[in-house]
Amino acid sequence: MVRTGLRISVLVYLTMLLVLPVGIIFVRTFENGIGPVIDALSTAAAMHAFQITVVVSFYAVLANTLFGVTAAILLVRYRFPGKRILNALIDLPLAVSPVIVGLALVLVYGRTTGTGKALAGIGINIIFSIPGMVMATAFVSIPLVVRAVGPVLEEIGDDQEQAATTLGAGPVQTFLRVTLPSIRGALAYGVVLALARSLGEYGAVAVVSGRLVGRTQTVTLLVQERYQNFDQQTAYACAVLLVLTAVLALLISQALRPKELKS
Amino acid sequence: MTSPPNGAGVGLLEEEAPPAPTIALGLRGSRRRRRRSAHQPGRPLTTPGHRGPAIGLGMVVLYMSIIVLIPLSAVVWTSMEDGLGGFWHAVTRPEAWSSLKLTIVASLLVAFINLIMGTATAWLLVRDKLPGRAVLDTLIDLPFALPTIVAGLALLSIYGTNSPVGLNLAYARSGVVVALLFVTLPFVVRTVQPVLLELDREMEEAAASLGASPTKIFLRIILPNIVPAMAAGTALAFARAMSEFGSTVLISGNLPFKTQVASVHIFNQLESDNVTGAAAVATVLLLVSLAVLLGLDLLQRWAARRG
Repeated sequence: MVRTGLRISVLVYLTMLLVLPVGIIFVRTFENGIGPVIDALSTAAAMHAFQITVVVSFYAVLANTLFGVTAAILLVRYRFPGKRILNALIDLPLAVSPVIVGLALVLVYGRTTGTGKALAGIGINIIFSIPGMVMATAFVSIPLVVRAVGPVLEEIGDDQEQAATTLGAGPVQTFLRVTLPSIRGALAYGVVLALARSLGEYGAVAVVSGRLVGRTQTVTLLVQERYQNFDQQTAYACAVLLVLTAVLALLISQALRPKELKS
Repeated sequence: MTSPPNGAGVGLLEEEAPPAPTIALGLRGSRRRRRRSAHQPGRPLTTPGHRGPAIGLGMVVLYMSIIVLIPLSAVVWTSMEDGLGGFWHAVTRPEAWSSLKLTIVASLLVAFINLIMGTATAWLLVRDKLPGRAVLDTLIDLPFALPTIVAGLALLSIYGTNSPVGLNLAYARSGVVVALLFVTLPFVVRTVQPVLLELDREMEEAAASLGASPTKIFLRIILPNIVPAMAAGTALAFARAMSEFGSTVLISGNLPFKTQVASVHIFNQLESDNVTGAAAVATVLLLVSLAVLLGLDLLQRWAARRG
């Protein structure tokens, strides 16, 4: 009795909140067949948005991968003053509203600020252009690689690294030949999470990009702009693409998830 | 796809590293062992002729400063431009105040619903032999992976003006709550699920053989064990709901005094060049986030001490 009630309430809840909303996107997208969907996705605006999204995500994920591996090694293998603070700060971006991320970057690197003017003087524009969007995207996905790699580094311990060092391997060689191969899976897991987060970022990018149509418009920004301009076909087609990307990322990340993180 | 739900939470790396390998190599080995017994685990950052780690730390700190720390400090700094009075004035402007109130009330409601439904979902996934559990288990993570604007579009399509199920929540506060429920769905499930999985069934069997009713077993044995996880998940869901932006943009219609949440208010103030006002509301949200993170850290220590 209790069990049936529980089953029904959970299933109804999940259906109403998750299954129906996501399902309706597919229904709306393919209402008129696949032709209009392909047309919508191959417009110049859509193609440009794909390109911007890929470029921004690539640099953000690259930066966070380098940062994440370095930070994880430092936090697991070394001791230094301020370690606990650094460790706590790495989780901070998860709790910050994307709009605040954007606001924060605009306040420091905006065109009216000292830093922004100085950078503009040497030809670098951060806000309303790609570098700012990369920074915003990197901000929101900072913890993902660190938190994927850290536990695995801890789990494997450092005896193999020590052995390599005593046998005469330099730090670079030890990292490339011993550490990297053993964290490969966890690193891939973190990179997939970071990539999925980057491709789907909306709020932070909405603020720093200035939402310049045809210039700094990512796919998520295109979805919102097209929907509000009554071009629902394009909005839904891009949304479906993002849903499929998210599902793919989910499946890949589940396959890659290091067993240390599995329950 | 925000917080990797279980394990990778706050302070994971603070735990003691696994015992150091004791390679007997004379002086070096014994020095290492002594260090291990010291308060903090790990090697020192610099050893003679080996500056790599120190340079690495420099880069890490520089990166965090440029992208996170300096910008966030600028938010707090800007909010205080006109002193504490100016900050208070900006936060209590009717539009700002009402957006903050809506955000807090909606987030508390969302956190509470998550506490109940999240725990129930975790229970279903672990204890109920429901066919198709594996699919359900994967589906739970979808709100983490789905871009928030797509979540908003999806909810507006089904619960909007042309709702195919005849439920119109567009431009209403209930629409905001539904959007927040969507994006926070996985938190409680993913914190409670692993704890339920590891729970020792023998205790329950012992209690049952001594004549305890299922209700009593749940209240006296299961619940006390999963309460810390429930609290942690609920706090995470609350923090996420407080800071949510993308999913509410489309369904709320952003009506000031009615459906405008704090994040959207910040966005609008920034668009209309009221930077100080935007920074003031942002600072309030940052303080809430910080308080939640701090609370979670304390909770984790408490739970760890309790064993």
